[in-house]
Amino acid sequence: MDREFVCIVCPRGCQLKVDSAMNVTGNFCPRGKAYAISELTNPTRMVTSSIRVNNRDDLLVSVKTSNAVPKEQINEVMSIINSLSVSAPCHVGQVVKKNILNLNIDIVITKEIE
Amino acid sequence: MYLMICHDVIIIGAGIVGAMISRELSKYNLDVLVLEKENDVGNKTTNANSAIVHSGYDPVPGTLKARFNVEGNKMFDLLCDELDVPFYRIGSLTVALYDEQLPLLKSLQERSKQNGVDVELLTGEEVKKLEPNINPIVKGALLAKSAGIVDPFNLCVHAMENAIDNGVKLERNCRVEDITKSDNYYKISTTKGDYFSKIVINAAGVYSDKIASMIEGIDWKITPRKGEYFILDHYKAGLVNHTIFPLPNEKGKGILVSPTSSGNYILGPTSEEVLDRDDVSTDKDTLNMVRTGATGMVPSIPFNQVIRVFSGMRATCTRHDFVIEHSKKYNDFINVGGIESPGLVSSPAIAKYVVESLIRPLIQLKEKDDFNPRVRRYHRLYNELLKDSNDFLKDNHDYCDVICNCEKVTLGEIKDVLSRSCPPYSVKALKRRTRAGFGKCQGGFCQPRIVLLLAKHYGVSPLAIPLDNDGSEILVEKIKDNK
Amino acid sequence: MERIDLVVIGGGSAGMAAAIEAHNRGVKNVLILEKDGNLGGILNQCIHNGFGLTEFKEELTGPEYLQRFVDQVKELHIPYELNAYVSSIDRNKVVTYSSKKKGLVKVQAKAIIIATGCYERNAGAIQIPGDRCAGIITAGTAQKYLNIHGYLCGKRIVILGSGDIGLIMARRLTLEGAKVICVSEIMPYSNGLNRNIAQCLNDFNIPLYLSRSVSNVKSKDGRLCKVTLSQVDEKFQFIKGTEMEIECDTLILSVGLIPYISLLEYIDCPTSTTKGAIVDQYLQTDIEGIFTCGNCLHVHDVVDFVTNEGREAGRGAALYIQGDKLNNKSILVKPGEGVNYVVPQKIALPINDDISFKFRVKKPIKDVNIVVKNGDNLISKIVKPVLIPSEMVMINVKKEKLMDNPQDITIYLENRNNG
Repeated sequence: MDREFVCIVCPRGCQLKVDSAMNVTGNFCPRGKAYAISELTNPTRMVTSSIRVNNRDDLLVSVKTSNAVPKEQINEVMSIINSLSVSAPCHVGQVVKKNILNLNIDIVITKEIE
Repeated sequence: MYLMICHDVIIIGAGIVGAMISRELSKYNLDVLVLEKENDVGNKTTNANSAIVHSGYDPVPGTLKARFNVEGNKMFDLLCDELDVPFYRIGSLTVALYDEQLPLLKSLQERSKQNGVDVELLTGEEVKKLEPNINPIVKGALLAKSAGIVDPFNLCVHAMENAIDNGVKLERNCRVEDITKSDNYYKISTTKGDYFSKIVINAAGVYSDKIASMIEGIDWKITPRKGEYFILDHYKAGLVNHTIFPLPNEKGKGILVSPTSSGNYILGPTSEEVLDRDDVSTDKDTLNMVRTGATGMVPSIPFNQVIRVFSGMRATCTRHDFVIEHSKKYNDFINVGGIESPGLVSSPAIAKYVVESLIRPLIQLKEKDDFNPRVRRYHRLYNELLKDSNDFLKDNHDYCDVICNCEKVTLGEIKDVLSRSCPPYSVKALKRRTRAGFGKCQGGFCQPRIVLLLAKHYGVSPLAIPLDNDGSEILVEKIKDNK
Repeated sequence: MERIDLVVIGGGSAGMAAAIEAHNRGVKNVLILEKDGNLGGILNQCIHNGFGLTEFKEELTGPEYLQRFVDQVKELHIPYELNAYVSSIDRNKVVTYSSKKKGLVKVQAKAIIIATGCYERNAGAIQIPGDRCAGIITAGTAQKYLNIHGYLCGKRIVILGSGDIGLIMARRLTLEGAKVICVSEIMPYSNGLNRNIAQCLNDFNIPLYLSRSVSNVKSKDGRLCKVTLSQVDEKFQFIKGTEMEIECDTLILSVGLIPYISLLEYIDCPTSTTKGAIVDQYLQTDIEGIFTCGNCLHVHDVVDFVTNEGREAGRGAALYIQGDKLNNKSILVKPGEGVNYVVPQKIALPINDDISFKFRVKKPIKDVNIVVKNGDNLISKIVKPVLIPSEMVMINVKKEKLMDNPQDITIYLENRNNG
């Protein structure tokens, strides 16, 4: 049976169609095809969130997963992120937690705080 | 040991009437306490009205409304100077759009003579010269030059601030639940405990009949009327130069179009009798009535400049006049109720009357030597920018640190109001005083910073900062709070 | 009074790109004035990813994207001032600003670029019926509380409007522990990007109701407690009997963005239906030497395009400062059938470069041609399978096609079935 869904790789939002033989149509670029196959076999998402800055009142610094994580593990990833904090200054690319859930994925800071 | 403190005077209600009476009493050596159920002064009717200082030609001659309106109007120049409140005598135009309305205009002119108010009858052409945006079919208008516009929020806040600076005390969040009379004092039971006083002044606005009924049966009642309004942003082209009224009808002065003292424009109000005295909701159909009424007089109103709609409650009274008198049973219980329009303009005259004519016979009024009629000067970046030289800003860089972009409100202004004797505790109270959040983005940009500033100033969590009354906190949970 | 060649007002994506471009074209005496404490503007709070695909060919979060431009500004030593609030500009290009550091300052600029971004339509502007209470908040403000300061503005949330910020916030709030009950959209189609509906709503099973809006809000003790959603007819009037009452503590508004151009309004700069200024292809306004770009010109869907437009303004300002007269005769660019607006709204002659036209369609439409006409002459026809209002459309037209006898230009949509 054909599956239809919206590509989330970029803002274009292509309407993708995948048939039972895993042929992808509707994609504008190759990344759409890759996304379609991954969405059917192992759907993953980047998680972006934020963590507390210890030495600043009422300030968070933004973080992301270094790679997309399996969709069903997003909640576990959020629990880990919620337990983290960092002290300023901090920098884009700074790793605050390595290899979460043995996924070989890190939690990385995405913002400069002086 | 239970020690009873008996105040000389307790005033119930810190709206414009309560605030003006407080200030008037603060001239004398008295122990005065004001009880306010809201978490700020002027939070109900004073906060939501047309903000007009009426000339006084319109009330029925011989009524209290006519008397105090005309007296009050004359007091506004000095009052607003002392209290550092924006006030402009821009004049009002009551317009006749049709020939058949002209006789009514004439009869209003007669009435104004009786009330002792100077007015001029203008032709349609003369009106168009004064107001280029007026409906071109206009046939004539009554011009009352003494009418003005004022900032009603700060008139109330500054009056209370001045009263407190001169020794009056204020309890907020203090709702009166019962009053009992003993031989020579009243016991006032509130949500904050019991208070005692020799004299009680009921200035409880839309609840004034309820308060009055706590000590005796009364022959008047508040039948509250709601009025809905539009507020337009200030914009360069401008809309009208005067307060534009339609001809009055049995429901009141009708839907007006007016500049406000802050350069915005106000359209409204409607007049609907309602049961719930705290219902200040708005609805589409009623607002459409405002739209129709306002565009009838000024067809080119740019509704895309609307930044806010709101409604306010009038303390309309079954007597069709103000109630300003001793209670029937007790001389030392004074009702000041039913203060609907023209209540704002009347308030200083009412206060004078209440103190001089109703309180003076009851208690010795000894003037203070050190009464200061002025509040500490307020500074605003907005005003400084209009001047040629800005020496004040040179030494006060906090007044260059802009927090509210739309209204140019600075950190200096916010710190200033927080340091005063009648400070804001809510976002709305701060907005009222400084105009932060009053502009086109309606606080979208500055509210987070303001919540954090309030929290820091009071040493509480941002979770404790309310929008308006306690219970209306803006934030509900601190996330990732690992401490 | 200090003289500065180019003053850029606003240090967000558009402003930074404009300043960098002008600098690269030889205008070294530049000053960026930013009202906040950081460069980067609203991207500071857009911590989600999806930025930079056009600009950097990779997917970045908002703060990462802005940092790349902050780094360039710093490397190039382009002067900027933070917490600097411009209170007015005049037609002679005197800029008055105030800052905590310097107090009140006036500078004389040769050219000004206005890059002041946009603000959110709010409860006042859309006149939400019902009670005034805590718990009604715009999506951007809720985003700032959540992403920058770490506070939830509610736990049970209804979102009105399916604009992208609303959709993004639906996901953010869900991830941070709130329950987003639904998103309600007054239009019969969503106003957000498809990918955001997929990854922000569908992923979390958040329903999206179309042709539904808030017909009442009720409060208890000063806090929102109930929202009524009603179906609307084609004239956006509520249909009786379709009320849906939802108990919630918060109503988040994502009902549109409006260019923030008070500075231009107060010098009587003509504006267009975008609510931004009228500009030519150099992004010069009708006032000589004053340029504008980014979300204060027209609201963009993708930040990469904002950056690009910033560069266009930086280029225009550089040309102007270096002596080109840009305000000669001009022709008009008019939106035709199906097109809501086009930027630029006019083209200064002579035409020296290819021109990119940006526009939005009025409603979702399939199988159309985008037609560009110079007077009555067809100069371009582009086939599009689908166009939606939430996406900005950009088309480039070669200068050769326009240079010959330029007349007023019309851009419109043509149904392909009808030829």
